[in-house]
Amino acid sequence: MPIKNDDVIWMKPPQIGLFEQLYVPAILQGLQTTVEHSIKALFGKGQVTQQFPEVEPKLPANYRGVHRLNRDEQGRVKCVACYMCSTACPAHCIDIVAAPAPTDWHKDGREKYPETFVIDELRCIYCGMCEQACPVDAIELTTLYDLTGMSREEMMFDKEKLLSVFDETTKPNAKFPNPVRTKAGRLGVASELADQGLTSSSTAQS
Amino acid sequence: MATVYVSYTPKNDEKQPEGLIQATIGKETVALLPVEIGNEKLNCIQAAQKVGTQIPHYCWHPALTVVASCRMCLVEVGERKPDGAVVMQPRVVPGCQTPVKDGTVIVTTTAKVHGAQQQTLEGILLNHPLDCPVCDKAGECMLQDYTYGYGRATSRMIEQKNTPANKPNLGPNVSLFTDRCIMCSRCVRFTREVAGTAELQIINRGNHAEINVFPGEALDNKLASNVVDLCPVGALCSNDFLYKHRVWNLKTVDSVCPDCSTGCSIHLDGNKNIVYRLRPRDNPKAQGHFMCDEGRLGYGYVNSKDRILKPTRLGKAILWKDATKDIRETFELAAKKDGSTVAMMVSPWMTSEEALLLAKWARTLSRDVRLALGPVPTVGKDDHYPKDRRGNDLNSAPKFTIRAEKCPNKKGVSEVLKQFQLRLHTFEDLLSWVDAGQLQAVYLAAGYPPRGQGWITTEQADKFKKVQTVVVHDLATSPVSDIATWVLPAAAFAEKEGTFVNHAGLAQAVRWGVTPSGDCRTDGQVFLDLLQRRGLAHVGTLRKELAKEVRYFAPLAEGELGEYGIHLETPQGA
Repeated sequence: MPIKNDDVIWMKPPQIGLFEQLYVPAILQGLQTTVEHSIKALFGKGQVTQQFPEVEPKLPANYRGVHRLNRDEQGRVKCVACYMCSTACPAHCIDIVAAPAPTDWHKDGREKYPETFVIDELRCIYCGMCEQACPVDAIELTTLYDLTGMSREEMMFDKEKLLSVFDETTKPNAKFPNPVRTKAGRLGVASELADQGLTSSSTAQS
Repeated sequence: MATVYVSYTPKNDEKQPEGLIQATIGKETVALLPVEIGNEKLNCIQAAQKVGTQIPHYCWHPALTVVASCRMCLVEVGERKPDGAVVMQPRVVPGCQTPVKDGTVIVTTTAKVHGAQQQTLEGILLNHPLDCPVCDKAGECMLQDYTYGYGRATSRMIEQKNTPANKPNLGPNVSLFTDRCIMCSRCVRFTREVAGTAELQIINRGNHAEINVFPGEALDNKLASNVVDLCPVGALCSNDFLYKHRVWNLKTVDSVCPDCSTGCSIHLDGNKNIVYRLRPRDNPKAQGHFMCDEGRLGYGYVNSKDRILKPTRLGKAILWKDATKDIRETFELAAKKDGSTVAMMVSPWMTSEEALLLAKWARTLSRDVRLALGPVPTVGKDDHYPKDRRGNDLNSAPKFTIRAEKCPNKKGVSEVLKQFQLRLHTFEDLLSWVDAGQLQAVYLAAGYPPRGQGWITTEQADKFKKVQTVVVHDLATSPVSDIATWVLPAAAFAEKEGTFVNHAGLAQAVRWGVTPSGDCRTDGQVFLDLLQRRGLAHVGTLRKELAKEVRYFAPLAEGELGEYGIHLETPQGA
């Protein structure tokens, strides 16, 4: 249903009084945080510097790193080539060529599949819109963060490479565990993180 | 004169129109907007369209009979009596089946109508699989649009949905995704009423009804793919376009089908310099609502990599500026010696503006340069629809005609050439001049799409060996391009702008949907360069020039042709 005109509430920014218009109090308020942190750091309590790469950071499970293409139970690519991710992508970094699926997939209701699926990891801004748009949970952003390559071509991840990221992140004792955002049927995963002791790394290290 | 009253919903920021009449219907007050319909015979959907009110509908189509089976167009209907009292019928009625008369009141805004629309959609969606992500229709689907506009946000269906098996080869060009079908029966009526061959039917009953072909038949007639456009949902899909692209990525331009002289108005859908599909565009002046499969699927050569993509001289690639300069100088030299030894052929695939530019170039060379119309491909005879059940011709008035003349602009080019010389010479004349050894330099502006036997046979091409200079301006290699001195790449219909004149003298605008591939230039641009005129080929300016210089085209003096085109002759029967 489209939004009715009556249901739209127009918001306006609050009026600023003379005191707020001076901006000095707001600046001082901002500086207060800076000063607090620098004093903490001086006395060694609030150090946030990480000794990367000697010490690897522990990233939250909802960190948005390299993409992966998920496989279904039979090891086939889960993607149905609907182009939702490439449509949602604000950086236009996803290129899909769709094709009719092999005939033996039809019995499972799979009629369309991606013949090629390429993500330009250099152009990607890792916003996660693709996994939000995906109707079949086929594309996910993993916690794999240290992405390097010797050429631009190397950073164009094709279907095979994206599937290999899936294999890498789902094997037992994987260094980078499954991402937790888009598991179907579970909402508000981030709220469950605290219970699992998986809180954000910067606070965990303090 | 008849006045119909249609309920009016104010749109955002729109000034309230004058003449609104307030009426109380049930417990609601409705604003009614009077609209004059004259003596037209309209149903409620068409009458409401006159004031810009869309009544949602699936099964009704202006070119097909009314069945009122989808119940999507339910509206409240009543009458405004001469004394101003509005009396409504007690129930909602299908708008497609209800003709309007003087004083008819059509109300689409009451809770009763909204409820009816919502319940209809809920019923239609009961068995719909909602596989929009993989459905080719998604993005231009009337089921999506209406569900968004009039439907419920959620389904209350808790039973298993029906999942009848798909029929991937209903016909050579059409697939049926049976579970997506909403049983509007547009396709069935199309094959019975317009194509006449009646391959489709509804089998089973009630909840298990589905579209199918008669046993042992296939949906295989020359108009078959129109059922894909007619299908309001994604049940019937074109095999040619299946899974090729999502429709929201396509850029659409209005153009003209070049594959026969009917000149069907089309939408040309392309993206990233690839033409993905052609769709018919409603044009009451040209062909109506439909187009044939030959035209619809005949665009493949535009995307082909086997086209001529570079200008060449004796097989070696050269630059455009060298090519045009050398060609111009060679032809000037030949024409200076004797103008009648130079000839130019304009194919019926050139636009009228291109024909004008080439003819003008011929006249700047010499008054004696000979102009000839290229070969006009003709296949069989005109094919009229509807046919009878066995595919034989009927004697009734045709609803759709596929012409035997398989080129878009014979009329336009002929009229331009007639303006520049007294007699219209044919390709046979050109061959006889070549045979008689009268020609030194020949410019063949061909632009024929590569199909079938090609536009010139090897024997005909061999005759051109007698000619010293042959320039071939074409889409693909042909026997004559092998012996030509210069071979220039031509632009396909989807890459250029201009005017095509159909068999009945209707001038329609061709527009580019993709840019010319490779090093191609539009043909008009090449002719401008040969004429040594500055600037780019701007179609509006050239069309005005055409209207000024060729009397036949005088009605085009505005330079714009509008959505439906302009008649250059009085249409027959008018």
